[in-house]
Amino acid sequence: MKSLTTLIAAVALAGLASSSAFAQSHERLNPPRQTWSFAGPFGTYDETQLQRGFQVFKEVCSNCHSLNKVAFRTLTDKGGPGFTTGQITALAATYKVKDGPNDNGDYFERPARLADYWPAPFPNKQAAAAANGGAIPPDFSVIAKARTYERGFPWFVFDIFTQYQEQGVDYIASLLPGYEDAPEDVTVPEGKYYNKYFPGNVISMPPPLQDGAVSYIKGPDGRPQAPETVQQYAKDVAAFLMWAAEPHMEQRKEIAFRTLLFLLVFAGLLYFTKRKIWASVEGH
Amino acid sequence: MSGHSTYEPKSAFGKWFESRLPIAGLIHSSFVVFPNPRNLNYFWTFGGILAFMLVAQIVTGVVLAMHYTPQADLAFASIESIMRDVNYGWMIRYLHANGASMFFIAVYVHIFRGLYYGSYKSPREVLWILGVVIFLLMMATAFMGYVLPWGQMSFWGATVITNLFSAIPGVGETIVTFLWGGYSVANPTLNRFFSLHYLLPFMIAGVVALHIWALHVPGSNNPAGIEKKSDKDTLPFHPYFTVKDGFALVCFLMVYVWFAFYIPNFLGHADNYIEANPAVTPSHIVPEWYFLPFYAILRAVPDKLLGVSAMFGSIAILIFLPWLDTSRIRSGNYRPVFQIFFWLFAIDCVLLGWLGAKPPEGIYVILSRVCMAYYFLYFIPILPLLGLFETPKALPASIADSVLKGGSASSVAQGAASEPSTKG
Repeated sequence: MKSLTTLIAAVALAGLASSSAFAQSHERLNPPRQTWSFAGPFGTYDETQLQRGFQVFKEVCSNCHSLNKVAFRTLTDKGGPGFTTGQITALAATYKVKDGPNDNGDYFERPARLADYWPAPFPNKQAAAAANGGAIPPDFSVIAKARTYERGFPWFVFDIFTQYQEQGVDYIASLLPGYEDAPEDVTVPEGKYYNKYFPGNVISMPPPLQDGAVSYIKGPDGRPQAPETVQQYAKDVAAFLMWAAEPHMEQRKEIAFRTLLFLLVFAGLLYFTKRKIWASVEGH
Repeated sequence: MSGHSTYEPKSAFGKWFESRLPIAGLIHSSFVVFPNPRNLNYFWTFGGILAFMLVAQIVTGVVLAMHYTPQADLAFASIESIMRDVNYGWMIRYLHANGASMFFIAVYVHIFRGLYYGSYKSPREVLWILGVVIFLLMMATAFMGYVLPWGQMSFWGATVITNLFSAIPGVGETIVTFLWGGYSVANPTLNRFFSLHYLLPFMIAGVVALHIWALHVPGSNNPAGIEKKSDKDTLPFHPYFTVKDGFALVCFLMVYVWFAFYIPNFLGHADNYIEANPAVTPSHIVPEWYFLPFYAILRAVPDKLLGVSAMFGSIAILIFLPWLDTSRIRSGNYRPVFQIFFWLFAIDCVLLGWLGAKPPEGIYVILSRVCMAYYFLYFIPILPLLGLFETPKALPASIADSVLKGGSASSVAQGAASEPSTKG
């Protein structure tokens, strides 16, 4: 009996010990943790950060990446980047969308309206692939939830209690500045790039950001709101993509808190009711 | 459901109605005055929690079905439209997706409660088998539900699991084609999975009714594992167990809310936010967490047919459990050697779950085989032999004794143990 227990415990321990060795041999570098305003039970989006992130997306990413599920109107929603309806109506009008057929049966182009969805940079997947050396730039609507990295035991257990669920944005914020020269033992094919955070390290996307490539709004002191660096651009656009993937997050966390508070009080009342009802039949 | 009702309608309409359809009397006898063992602990509240979860899943699911489009080109987009544009759609969907996980957490606690306290033993064998049927239906429902968002894991999970049937010699390929409605997982597969995902919960509800019926014939088992002998051993369901179950349910709901509203994607897989693409296989195809122990067993066996047989066998063996456990003592509390093997079994199942999420290579395969071996050894021969060789502790004289006097009084184990089967 004892020996069986010991054997199983030993085998289990051996498994746990070797799992980390395995993880390193076939997986990529894990992105470092960042600080996010929207993390944790009371997290909210930072409006100015979302606006900056939107600017990076609009000026850089949207040249190749679509954002099919995000409508212009949602950019004015509460708990989002907080643009005014006027701003977004004007912005939408600068984009052309295909509509129709009209009464003559013709398709036509018209300026986008609030109700329209973000126009895709390419008409179809084939066009996207042809323009990008065969690789299709993924849609950005839910990309912040569609990317992650392996947390491993025991961290994934702690994540339940710490509510860490920003793996996707941490990854994006590290990936964009994560380009570097390939180590000598790695050959990067023509037209591909080496990125230390990308799974497999060989990525089709050229380094998309350079310091100073996007001019942020200047504050009253004449200096930009935030540093115009690749690191900052990456963080801001990652935050924007988190909002794009989870536009109702603020409302969700508010409701979570109120529901939990209600349930806690309700459970307390039920507990004392239970004690009172059972008091007469428990023979102590 | 147990005996005749003492229910007396007070109003004239109540009397008129009761003489034509005695449903109020049925509810009264089943859920108001029904005598429950007074020593039930909080592990016995999970039956009520499961009933709640079934209703919650059906309600949220019916609402989701109003907005969902079961068409391969539109399914993924319709889920996103629910998440963004439907009023509180995100809430309904996250409650439904996490509700499935909560349902399984509760059912696993419920099953292990039954395993520890010997709830499957005579006279509750049919009750137990009905429970296994519900578990199988739940697995089928959850599997098909996970396919509906039509993400990468949906698609590839469906491909892997349906392909298992191709291992059946001779007719395997034909069965797989029949399941798919074509020659690969595609739109017809999604359509039929949606249809069945809507149907099966109502079949579960039907079997749950049978499960409760079969429960109310002998009544609940209890932590002492002995049958009730007098009215002193029981308390009426209401108010004693309604308030206790209610308290446990509200505590459980706090866990549910924590997951659904704070970490709604923790139990899911990031790849399922990528639309299904038959041309791109994900690097690791992993099922939902509640299938991982069975997935580990499947992959532990190098031969496909044997692996599939082992996986289905690991569930099927539960049906024979009432006859595999030869001990006449029900409750693990009075079986010191059984306790050790039981907890090893529980740890074994958790380890299998962890292994199911790991790539099938190196040490993980060896560990999976060790864990799978113990899984089956627990049922044959450990349980049958234990009943023959184990010396149980003395049982309390009665249920009332076990809670009211600190369990000091005891009777001869043999006498108390042979008594249950005479109880109707």
